Amino acid sequence: MAVGILGTKLGMTQVFDETGLAVPVTVIQAGPCPITQIKTRSTDGYTAVQIGFGETRVKSLSKPELGHLAKSSSVPLRHLTEMRQYLPSEDYSVYELGQEIKADIFEAGQVVDVTGTSIGKGFAGYQKRHNFARGPMSHGSKNHRAPGSTGAGTTPGRVYPGKRMAGRLGGTQVTIKKLIVVRVDVERNLILIKGAVPGKPGALVQIMPAKKVGR
Amino acid sequence: MKAQELIRSLEAEQMKSDLPILHVGDTVRVGVKIREGDKERTQPYEGVIIAKGSAGVTANITVRRVFQNVGVERVFLMHSPRIESIKVLRRGRVRRAKLYYLRDRVGKATRLKQRFDRPL
Repeated sequence: MAVGILGTKLGMTQVFDETGLAVPVTVIQAGPCPITQIKTRSTDGYTAVQIGFGETRVKSLSKPELGHLAKSSSVPLRHLTEMRQYLPSEDYSVYELGQEIKADIFEAGQVVDVTGTSIGKGFAGYQKRHNFARGPMSHGSKNHRAPGSTGAGTTPGRVYPGKRMAGRLGGTQVTIKKLIVVRVDVERNLILIKGAVPGKPGALVQIMPAKKVGR
Repeated sequence: MKAQELIRSLEAEQMKSDLPILHVGDTVRVGVKIREGDKERTQPYEGVIIAKGSAGVTANITVRRVFQNVGVERVFLMHSPRIESIKVLRRGRVRRAKLYYLRDRVGKATRLKQRFDRPL
């Protein structure tokens, strides 16, 4: 995992590509994210950088938080995230304390992963939450949105843990992989990503260079 | 800038400023750029606007025409670079925002009254 960036989802629109096709994009205000801490193998046991995002008031942070930020002489920040080095090939020695990570770390056409909190759907039933099939709505059927069987009878005499049932849906961390960057506006700190990203406008999202899965 | 203002300003970069004012019921001729191999040419498409949709850069019109006894409806993104030109040929007088009732009519019944108070 190389270093990515934090941002705020602003909303969606569409842009025209060079062939004139309309491309749906999500606009994200990303960064600038100052580096607030650098972790090294010798001091912390692993290599990582901590970046911050979202300027806030001094009043809304605690003394320990302000003390931590004072070390990198940065403004009060609402969000801090650690980006850890996993591959030895990644060079983390180029990063310095207080250095700002901007949207220009990405370029148009790059493949990225976007992490955010999905929209909360509340208490959802079987069809909405787990894509169960619905029963017939007519012909005398009274089985419309019921779950069906939840398991065998006397043996085992209980429902197995992990059985998919109704409950809270959404509001959890979701990563959408392999999204394509359409445009980067460094002056206004904007990144346009093709397709939808988790959360509503105003939500915090994390953009990372795509993680290679498998071979 | 606020989120909506930023998105509007992004859209404004791609919007055309020379589009005519279009109303539902107008007969228009749309010049559509099409690609054949390496060559690019403009194909005209003529018909009645039966619906307008969306705003901003996504603004679109649905244009209906009857071609060889088959009804054809095409949706055009007005600000798309693939649309070369839109020309108003006739202004129609209608009392609906969506003229979907034209789909159920054939021949003479599909005529719309012309109005003259709007310039072409």
